Amino acid sequence: MSAPATPPAAGVPVLETRGVTRDYVSGGVFGGTRTVRALKGIDLKVDRGSTLAVVGESGCGKSTLARIITMIDAPSGGELLIDGEKVDIARTGVPPDLRRKVQIVFQNPYGSLNPRQKIGDVLAEPLKLNTSLSAAERRDRAMEMLLRVGLRGQHFNRYPHMFSGGQRQRIAIARAIMVHPALLVLDEPVSALDLSVQAQILNLLQDLQDEYDLTYVFISHDLSVVRHVADEVMVMNLGEAVEYRSRDAIFAAPEHPYTRTLFAATPRIDVDRIRARVARKTAARG
Amino acid sequence: MSATDDPHLGTAEQEPLGPPPISPLRENWRYFLANRGAVIGLVVIALMVLTAIFAPLIAPHDPTAQFRDALLVPPAWTDKGRPEFLLGTDALGRDILSRLIFGARYSLAIGLVVVTLALVSGILVGLVAGYFGGWIDGLIMRVMDIILAFPSLLLALVLVAIIGPGLFNAMLAIAVVLQPHFARLTRGAVMAEKHREYVTSARVAGAGTLRLMLVTILPNCLGPLIVQATLSFSNAILDAAALGFLGMGAQPPTPEWGTMLAEAREFITSAWWVVTMPGIAILVTVLAINLIGDGLRDTLDPKLKRS
Amino acid sequence: MPLLEVRNLTVSFPTAAGRFDAVQGLDVSVDAGEVLAIVGESGSGKSVAMLAVMGLLPAIAGVTADAMRFDGRDLLRLTARERRNLSGREIAMIFQEPVASLNPCFTVGFQIEETLREHTGLSAADRRHRAIELLTQVGIPQPEERLASFPHQMSGGQCQRVMIAIATACTPRLLIADEPTTALDVTVQKQVLDLLLRLQAENGMALVLITHDMGVVAETADRVVVQYNGRKMEDSDVLTLFENPRSPYTRALLSALPENAKGGRLSTVSSFVPSAETAG
Ligand SMILES: Nc1ncnc2c1ncn2[C@@H]1O[C@H](COP(=O)(O)OP(=O)(O)OP(=O)(O)O)[C@@H](O)[C@H]1O
Ligand SMILES: Nc1ncnc2c1ncn2[C@@H]1O[C@H](COP(=O)(O)OP(=O)(O)OP(=O)(O)O)[C@@H](O)[C@H]1O
Ligand SMILES: [Mg+2]
Ligand SMILES: [Mg+2]
Repeated sequence: MSAPATPPAAGVPVLETRGVTRDYVSGGVFGGTRTVRALKGIDLKVDRGSTLAVVGESGCGKSTLARIITMIDAPSGGELLIDGEKVDIARTGVPPDLRRKVQIVFQNPYGSLNPRQKIGDVLAEPLKLNTSLSAAERRDRAMEMLLRVGLRGQHFNRYPHMFSGGQRQRIAIARAIMVHPALLVLDEPVSALDLSVQAQILNLLQDLQDEYDLTYVFISHDLSVVRHVADEVMVMNLGEAVEYRSRDAIFAAPEHPYTRTLFAATPRIDVDRIRARVARKTAARG
Repeated sequence: MSATDDPHLGTAEQEPLGPPPISPLRENWRYFLANRGAVIGLVVIALMVLTAIFAPLIAPHDPTAQFRDALLVPPAWTDKGRPEFLLGTDALGRDILSRLIFGARYSLAIGLVVVTLALVSGILVGLVAGYFGGWIDGLIMRVMDIILAFPSLLLALVLVAIIGPGLFNAMLAIAVVLQPHFARLTRGAVMAEKHREYVTSARVAGAGTLRLMLVTILPNCLGPLIVQATLSFSNAILDAAALGFLGMGAQPPTPEWGTMLAEAREFITSAWWVVTMPGIAILVTVLAINLIGDGLRDTLDPKLKRS
Repeated sequence: MPLLEVRNLTVSFPTAAGRFDAVQGLDVSVDAGEVLAIVGESGSGKSVAMLAVMGLLPAIAGVTADAMRFDGRDLLRLTARERRNLSGREIAMIFQEPVASLNPCFTVGFQIEETLREHTGLSAADRRHRAIELLTQVGIPQPEERLASFPHQMSGGQCQRVMIAIATACTPRLLIADEPTTALDVTVQKQVLDLLLRLQAENGMALVLITHDMGVVAETADRVVVQYNGRKMEDSDVLTLFENPRSPYTRALLSALPENAKGGRLSTVSSFVPSAETAG
């Protein structure tokens, strides 16, 4: 497939943000407006071929950050650098080659699929817009990808509403990797998948990373998944990065109190605890 | 099935690859044919079109010939009816059936041309306004509001007066006054759709502005537009009649349904058939168009499709 | 008698290749005060089965069952009016796609109060109070201000919590939660699960919890149904499931936990050869 863009000088991170902030202004019409600062100065650096996992409280600005990195929304302040080059979409828009290089899997897969577009067309669209492949080739590639994410040929001509939540999530992932982006932002990509499909998708992402040197920004709430995929982990709370270190360091010794709360709240599979809980409940019911 | 290589539990779906690609047109046609109401509507309209085309062969009389001995003859099945005038005659002794048959030519053309013009221009204007927003939207919508602020007939009248009377100019004028309805509908729908995440996804996939507007957003706005278009069809015919009545549209003795209806107004109590027959013709057409419109809307709705 | 009883439920969709049975011969029952977790393959009909119980499937779907009863009432033969009275008040559902299930045109406050207006006799002021209370319960900060937010102004997890608030607004007797915590971080997830468990303990609510998170199953469920390809593979109490899973699919599923990764690769179920067994 299309080779990844020419690698930049070694050592230049694929993605870098410097003090990125984002304000949401709401209200209006009647009376005053209200400004919410969803991001309060995020600095991060991701090297080619590595994975940055972002975890944090619900509503702390992870999706907002993802939209800024993918150049969908402009930051209110700070700088975004891709392959070492400054990007300012508010002024210059997004050049097409850069667009292809950075892709996203949205948190809400159903909303991100056009209700009137068949899945085959959903997958073929990025190819149609970014490559000069013939219709037949596009179709073959789309079919191949469909099978790779664990869906089947019959699904090719179906509409998004005919799929289960997890199937939609896989379609969204498949679409994002159709054009082999250099940087892929995944916003909770496996949250609706059963363990086996989750494993299949995580393995696929890993294969692609090995094969094409892809870079991932991986947003997730599932710490065991994060532990599996991440090279570095950023923990966010209330729009700030409270801890940003290598995976091993963070999992070995979480420093920030919020990180510790997070780890402590992770549900665990522990037969003894289950036994105790069941006993409690039986006792309570008499 | 999670594991792709696990065909054991395959249910109804056995073949490994999907069905061969079907052209969307073909597929939609199949769904359209499955909709009984739509097919009835289509057949009715097709019959009318055929009638219009072969009018000289079908019509029993010349539509403008005046039978002086047969003024206001009631339909053939009534007591005083005469078999050669199946649906009766009007005040000038013209055969109503023949006039209806020839009138189909004008009325269908009026409806079709007016709705097409209004729909296409309204969609384009509304798309631009809704998609770009800001001052473009403000400008376009104020112009639309001005058009809507005038009584539509009056405005059409003024327009025709400016560009000159005649059937085609009348159609143009009516299209202009109907167009803001489409523009407003489109704009509203586009404004709602353009913030949806699938539009963002298409943009991230590399879609340009034109593609986003026409391929991504527009199909999701079609539902209400189709309904409005079918409703406008009858408006167009009636407005054209009103213009004709005022001497600005089709001129007598052109056998056009709306004009026939307008001319017959004074006989409403004395000779019901003169009013009723063109009325029924318009009604049936509008009904048929409505059925087609509903069918079209359902055909295009993915929620109603089998996978 | 179980609160919800479903026997031999089959749901099919017409497809180009013929009939596709999304759910085949499913039996489920839930007692009052019980937490039933449903886990299983993505696309195995978990959501479809529960939507069938709620009567929310599209008209093209064919639903048949030997029995489908809630508290003795036959769900297959409800009038539209009875159905309206039942859903929302006695049976509530948290849908899988939170953002898609909220109406984008109304504020979340309006949507919560709407439910309260439909099903309770509260006054306008009380409804607002209750709405704030509900948002607080699901851990949304500054609930008074949040009432005025539109769904697109909230994060994925906040929308999901609004859905949960709506579903729990009238303290239903049966709550069907379809992956209710996928967009929540573990601390909020814990808070929400505690809330559901408290409602369940205090009011004897029955809870059907569809989830993929085995940790959540381990910490909340009493009984677990495992589904695969439209069929029930296993129906065990939670201890048995983790200690001694009966079905090979369950065993394969548990081995796919990221914690059990071998050398960077995760195992998948592809090695699993299904037997004809349907335990239960
Ligand atoms: N369009 C908007 N207008 C106003 N506020 C917004 C808007 N979008 C997001 N916000 C607010 O910004 C904050 C961050 O939202 P964001 O979607 O980035 O959270 P998140 O970290 O992705 O959370 P989750 O894990 O729940 O998805 C939230 O408090 C949200 O309410
Ligand atoms: N309208 C439809 N037409 C055809 N097939 C459908 C339709 N709706 C659902 N299906 C199919 O029914 C099956 C069951 O879907 P369901 O949503 O119940 O899965 P699920 O178990 O909830 O999975 P997930 O965990 O991914 O949400 C899926 O294979 C899906 O593709
Ligand atoms: Mg988010
Ligand atoms: Mg589901």
